[in-house]
Amino acid sequence: MTNETKSQAVIEAKGLDLTFQTNDGPVQALSDVDLTINKGDFVSFIGPSGCGKTTFLRVLAALERPTGGSVTVNGVSPDEARRQRAYGYVFQAAGLYPWRTIARNIKLPLEIMGFSKTEQEDRVKNVLQLVDLEGFGGKYPWQLSGGMQQRASIARALAFDADILLMDEPFGALDEIVRDHLNEQLLDLWARTEKTIAFVTHSIPEAVYLSTKIVVMSPRPGRISDVIDSPLPKERPLDIRDTPEFLEVAHRVREGLRAGHAYD
Amino acid sequence: MRSLMAVLCVVGVIVAIWYAACVPMNIKGVLTEAERGGAIVTPEGAKDRRDIAATRLVMDNSFAIPATWAQDRPRLPAPHQVAIELWQTTVMKKITSKRSLVFHAWVTLSATLLGFAIGTGLGILLAVGVVHSRVMDMSVMPWAIVSQTIPIIALAPMIIVVLYSIGVQGIIPKAVISAYLSFFPVVVGMVKGLRSPDMMQLDLLRTYHASKAQGFWKLRLPASMPYLFTSLKIGIAASLVGAIVGELPTGAVAGLGARLLAGSYYGQTVQIWSALFAAAILAACLVGLLGVIERATLRRMGMA
Repeated sequence: MTNETKSQAVIEAKGLDLTFQTNDGPVQALSDVDLTINKGDFVSFIGPSGCGKTTFLRVLAALERPTGGSVTVNGVSPDEARRQRAYGYVFQAAGLYPWRTIARNIKLPLEIMGFSKTEQEDRVKNVLQLVDLEGFGGKYPWQLSGGMQQRASIARALAFDADILLMDEPFGALDEIVRDHLNEQLLDLWARTEKTIAFVTHSIPEAVYLSTKIVVMSPRPGRISDVIDSPLPKERPLDIRDTPEFLEVAHRVREGLRAGHAYD
Repeated sequence: MRSLMAVLCVVGVIVAIWYAACVPMNIKGVLTEAERGGAIVTPEGAKDRRDIAATRLVMDNSFAIPATWAQDRPRLPAPHQVAIELWQTTVMKKITSKRSLVFHAWVTLSATLLGFAIGTGLGILLAVGVVHSRVMDMSVMPWAIVSQTIPIIALAPMIIVVLYSIGVQGIIPKAVISAYLSFFPVVVGMVKGLRSPDMMQLDLLRTYHASKAQGFWKLRLPASMPYLFTSLKIGIAASLVGAIVGELPTGAVAGLGARLLAGSYYGQTVQIWSALFAAAILAACLVGLLGVIERATLRRMGMA
């Protein structure tokens, strides 16, 4: 009873199927996916390409329509959740508008959602601080490094303060050093904002370092082969990655990935 | 500095070729005049010279070469003759004069600008329709392409006749022909520009639950700006051609097209060439002006 609010389910998928009709015939991208994500979870989806991890995220965002099973976001359908602007989505590329400054890029969702001018200014200031980009609001995207651009795109997703953050390999195109730094910042941001984060990656250390729950997926058809609840504490310095606990979780993820591959 | 040298070098070569070409082109006329004036020409008699190659005549009568660059009505006027005519009909004449090229250029320019405005507006509207409606994409684009396969020189008289019969004349028919030529590059460029945002950009707007109108104003339209300016530069040059062509079949009394026509009636080749150059200079100025506006706009948008 005491834990009720803490373990409140935000995302629930039951028997989810998704089949794409392509020119080469139907491709089953997701098969019988059951998953519950609780409020405040940091869930990573890991697996080889074609395992449906991005597709699952897009289903949650109502960018794809499942062909079977059921899925709810905040207790409603993904499309309804999209209408309620229940989530922020971060893509692999920053996708900032080159004709807008960083501040105006962050204002984009706020303009669309009809926030007042003063509210927009306040929120931009807040999220720029959250992603450690104070003073860069007046710069154009090309004046920023790739890592900074991606941080700006995270700020844009945070600006309207949705409870859920869906991130599709946001650091996939960045080098390891920048990625480590951003991972650390993301954990810090997650701790401060208490958002529910669903995070797609193909890096095992990244998944283990960030997550409270790791969903291992395997391809053809895309399905969940293992769900690991991380025993690591919430407080995670970067060198936690050298501890036996960390290595054990990483090992289990690797085993899960290998088991998935045994099917083909 | 080096690029300036290269440009001057190319210009120099073109002028040199032009001067050289004047000699064989004009030699027969020069020799006829010289013979009439009492000079000794080999061979004698215009009749005998008719079937002899121009280069042969030049070699046999080298004294006549300077005169090929100074005829009253040469077949091919020399560059300095065109330059002098341009100077005299622009700077030396009052612009209200019927003989001022500035006056004629303004007549053509006004039709060009009106036609360009109509064509650009129409082009943008059609592009917006094509991008947002599949029906319009299927129905408008083929006609737009077909419209450009008809030679404008064949269509222009009909446009003028049809418009005249419903009581429209003056600047409007010329502007309509201008618009006809200039809307096409704008449609093609804007369709490409409005479609230039990738799937990810469109998905992002979807996650914001943005309306189609918001997607247009905030994403598609700004993204299309570089494409628009490229199209406008092609469009304005086509507009000028349209306005000039529109002046030809009506026997118009004013405009660069009218100067071309009058020049050819009276064998005034210098006048024709100077009108051609006036048109070329005008087109270059218009394209250059658009380039300046483009740079200023894109810089303001942070894209240049």
